[in-house]
Amino acid sequence: MIAIVDYGVGNLFSLSSSLRALGLETEVTRSEERLRAADRIIFPGVGAFGDARAKLEDTGLVPVLREEAQRKPLMGICLGMQLLFDKGYEYGEHDGLGLIPGRVVDLREDLQDKTLKVPHMGWNSLKIVKDDPLFKYFKDGEYVYYVHSFYARDCGDCVLGTSEYGGVAVTGAARRGSVWGVQFHPEKSGEAGLRLLKAFAEL
Amino acid sequence: MLAKRIIPCLDVKDGRVVKGTNFQGLRDLADPVELARFYNDSGADELVFYDITASAEGRGLFPDILRRVASEIFIPLTVGGGIRSVDDFDRVLKCGADKVSVNSGAIADPSVIGAAARKYGDQCVVLSMDVKRVDGRFRVFAKGGREDTGMDAMDWAVRCVKDGAGEIVLNSIDTDGVKGGFDLEMLDELAARVSVPIIASGGAGTMEDFARLFARPGIDGGLAASIFHTRQVDIKELKRYLRDQGVEMRI
Repeated sequence: MIAIVDYGVGNLFSLSSSLRALGLETEVTRSEERLRAADRIIFPGVGAFGDARAKLEDTGLVPVLREEAQRKPLMGICLGMQLLFDKGYEYGEHDGLGLIPGRVVDLREDLQDKTLKVPHMGWNSLKIVKDDPLFKYFKDGEYVYYVHSFYARDCGDCVLGTSEYGGVAVTGAARRGSVWGVQFHPEKSGEAGLRLLKAFAEL
Repeated sequence: MLAKRIIPCLDVKDGRVVKGTNFQGLRDLADPVELARFYNDSGADELVFYDITASAEGRGLFPDILRRVASEIFIPLTVGGGIRSVDDFDRVLKCGADKVSVNSGAIADPSVIGAAARKYGDQCVVLSMDVKRVDGRFRVFAKGGREDTGMDAMDWAVRCVKDGAGEIVLNSIDTDGVKGGFDLEMLDELAARVSVPIIASGGAGTMEDFARLFARPGIDGGLAASIFHTRQVDIKELKRYLRDQGVEMRI
């Protein structure tokens, strides 16, 4: 069973629909017991870093997620991915979960081409920089769907894939150990996104 | 870089897609779920759903159909028609929409844009505008293009973006249905005034019309209905053609 962590941040409709479409057993849950029982955990999220971090703290699930992340594959999506890093700088400085090294910073400040729009929203090509089982069914350069204004940088050798935007190599996918994160929305990335979720379910 | 978007638009009335459809191999030509699934599989980059009865009759959007569509397509979904309040945004988003398009509702009460943007983020709020030339000026029309509001279209767009509209669908009433190409003059003027993504609507007849559209700066997507529904233009073929013309396309 794949558990989708429900901590009151964002709409989980599309994500659970896409996992169901792949024939995968899925539960949207905030129960510690169910997260412990799951084979895999997906950690979603949309909104602002600090607000989501506070909501996550309120659930009391942080220690559970930290422990389970060492035992089974966990994947953060979008803001869920961002929370996996050390720090976030959206409306102030906030501690992340520190499960993958890196800092989540304002994309606008790093853009070389300032005429480009932020949020970085739309279909961008994901270049694989490090081969990974997550890309088992994914072809280098396929397009994925992004909606975000902040991005993870200084991730060292944890970066798996990047998308070029305004001179910035936006971290699209990252991994440390059994913890993965994707900045784009696989559940909105058409067939390529579904294949990536399928690969996650097989990790 | 971001790919340009090709966006089919489904106008739904009483649970059926109303513009002419002429597909082979589809069981029910006017079933929105069936049609959405077809577009999801044929390379559309996004889908737009308008409940065209909603605005006129003042009732809520088709939640059942929307939920069924949203559970079967895995590309971004924009929904509009009869959106007047943050509650309307909430209802549609809960049914699986990613973005919500507001038109007459914002003309009636412009504060809905700011309120929705604060709650859901700019990226979620799409301003849809029906625009027509009147005495050499671009004017906003309400109620599906039937009512001249007297407002300058470009000023209206600038104001809505300032309030939090994260994207604009510009429908030219002058070129809509003519199939003689998008209204490039109108689009150029809008692109010069706002910096949010612009989706062009109204007038697409051929693949070349899309090539001319994407040759302009500041245009992010092209939206059309009947030419896709009738397969006068096939989306897969269109995207290959545009890529060959040097336009960045998700294929």
